[in-house]
Amino acid sequence: MRSVQAIGDPEVGRWERDFPLRTVIREDGSADPAEVTLSDDRALDLYRWMVLSRELDERMVQLQRQGRIAFYIGAIGEEATVLGTVAALADQDWLFPSYREHSAVLFRGMPLATFVCDLLGNAGDLMLGHQMPCHEAWAPGHFVSISAPIATQVPQAVGAAWAARIRGDDMVSLTWFGDGATSSSDFHTGANFAGVHKIPVILVCRNNGWAISVPLGLQTASETIAQKAVAYGIHGERVDGNDLLAVHAATLRARERASAGRGPTLLECVTYRVEGHSTSDDPRAYRGTDEVEPWRAKDPIRRLGRYLRWRKRLAGGDTDAFRAEAREKVRRAVEEAEAFAPKPALETLFEGVYAEPLWQQQEQLDEIRAAIAADPRAASAR
Amino acid sequence: MAIMNIIQAVNDALRLEMRRDPGVVVLGEDVGRFGGVFRASQGLQEEFGKERVIDTPLAESAVIGTALGMALYGLKPVPEIQFADFIFPAMDQILNEVAKFRYRSGGQFTCPMVIRTPYGGGIRGGHYHSQSPEAHFIHTAGLKVVVPSNPADAKGLLTAAIRDPDPVLFFEPKRVYRAAKGEVPEGEHVVPIGKAKVTREGSHVTVIAWGAMWHEADQAAAEAAATGIEVELLDLRSLQPLDVDAIAGSVRKTGRAVVVHEAPRTCGFGAEISALIQERCFLHLEAPVTRVTGFDTPFPYTLENEYLPRAPRILKAIREVVAF
Repeated sequence: MRSVQAIGDPEVGRWERDFPLRTVIREDGSADPAEVTLSDDRALDLYRWMVLSRELDERMVQLQRQGRIAFYIGAIGEEATVLGTVAALADQDWLFPSYREHSAVLFRGMPLATFVCDLLGNAGDLMLGHQMPCHEAWAPGHFVSISAPIATQVPQAVGAAWAARIRGDDMVSLTWFGDGATSSSDFHTGANFAGVHKIPVILVCRNNGWAISVPLGLQTASETIAQKAVAYGIHGERVDGNDLLAVHAATLRARERASAGRGPTLLECVTYRVEGHSTSDDPRAYRGTDEVEPWRAKDPIRRLGRYLRWRKRLAGGDTDAFRAEAREKVRRAVEEAEAFAPKPALETLFEGVYAEPLWQQQEQLDEIRAAIAADPRAASAR
Repeated sequence: MAIMNIIQAVNDALRLEMRRDPGVVVLGEDVGRFGGVFRASQGLQEEFGKERVIDTPLAESAVIGTALGMALYGLKPVPEIQFADFIFPAMDQILNEVAKFRYRSGGQFTCPMVIRTPYGGGIRGGHYHSQSPEAHFIHTAGLKVVVPSNPADAKGLLTAAIRDPDPVLFFEPKRVYRAAKGEVPEGEHVVPIGKAKVTREGSHVTVIAWGAMWHEADQAAAEAAATGIEVELLDLRSLQPLDVDAIAGSVRKTGRAVVVHEAPRTCGFGAEISALIQERCFLHLEAPVTRVTGFDTPFPYTLENEYLPRAPRILKAIREVVAF
């Protein structure tokens, strides 16, 4: 399929031909049953998850605007890339998130109120208030801790899958990252290590077109992300990231390859970041709405909704009912989370740096205790 | 007891721990088939196979990044960075990831591992085969930093590091890799991390050193003894956790302290030790705490003997501090 090209200018369009954008749900909502990897029940369930993800993101942005949480970063318009992938994995598979995959941690069982506690950094926060919002971790669901530096999780995902193979476990790890991450050294080294040692890992690029203000064309001269797989000697695929069935089917294929010892897959999910990078960003400063609007029309929730209507599993008022149900879940979760004390106990400042605190940390805890006792302003911003 | 050099002692510890715990894996550049450029992992791949003694591609950041993933999953990786000078591409993985995983996940995820790396000068290695970057790591909460000076400690501390619940940077003094020979207990040998060792008792001045520079300090102490100065010499062995009680106890007794390290002086670990001594021993001090260190330059090639805090410079400092 891929002929060696003569030296010279790259042939425009070649890679889009070699890595075609795979879709399952057609414009009219119909699909070829041979391509569908989800039962109607599961597809409907994931539809409700996408609705919850959207409601959560919208509500948390409001909370941030109201000053109740400091920061939020969501996945509006990219829900299918998160839920379509996680739903195709086995329960024992590990997840190495970037920072937009909150629906996956909830899908893996983190209670919604616990997630909101992380956003608040309060006494109910599993992360003990150690991280800023949206950097959650959930060990029971093998959802690994998030860091802000880009693509650091890629070699880590490779290592975990490698460890599982050494142990003889059928565990495939999956990592998500954005298009900007593919410029980083950790993406390169992770993909290369995975290729050389045939590691059972799935590398999912949520190509949403933007890394804060930098468009894809300023990240890479490649026509596609998927084609980068060729250089690493690994399998690459490119799917419509707004088509949950396409994402799910591709992830399932990747998992089967990995589990069968056929090595890693680089899966490019083509989608679009219809909102700003985070609540700290205003995209009007660097892009026009004319670019955004066509993507709103390609909304992944509406896309799956059309399929479910074609399957006669979704009726007129269902979506509104799901939305109301999701809104109520979020409302209750916020209420429950806000009932916790606003700060974790003082000693948690030193908890978990080491298995056992150092003498320095014991002294420093005494120091801050004494300072607060002497002048309570030592415990506040003012 | 067997007579070993430090390389052999490291190899012995790795082999015994790999036999004891099937979760221990060694990975890095050239560590497998070749047994490491310094031969520290020689013979391990033959005994434990390619899945546990792994030749990785050449990228330090991913050697550590993949080791981190292995540790999260429950293995005990022992990655080797071929020279400490090459550790810098992995700094983000070490400082931002390995060091913070336990803390940032509220203790849900941990990534204990032992990052072994030969460090230090005096081997005509120039900038990139001579540096002592220990202070970078001590400065980052979440990491432990261990530096043995002799074969028995190398074996015992490496064994303890592999069993430790926290990530450990294990700096091996390559200048004395083969030159430092000594008796090493056979079979299991554990030296607890966090305990300094008084290797010479004295009442006039405390000299604090670690790793390869302990040997220079020991020579200086012997020469000082010939002139009637009794040096108390501390081999710190572990820089984090730090045995501050051993330091303060000795300095309260002698009233004088000389700190020796081969890393550059400014913001070197000697600065921290010096501050701790003045905080804890202020009323006992008879002279300023003195540092004998590498200089604030990149590590030089031709003038490395001048750069390194070798015995003559340490001896001069000892004399000045005692005469203060």
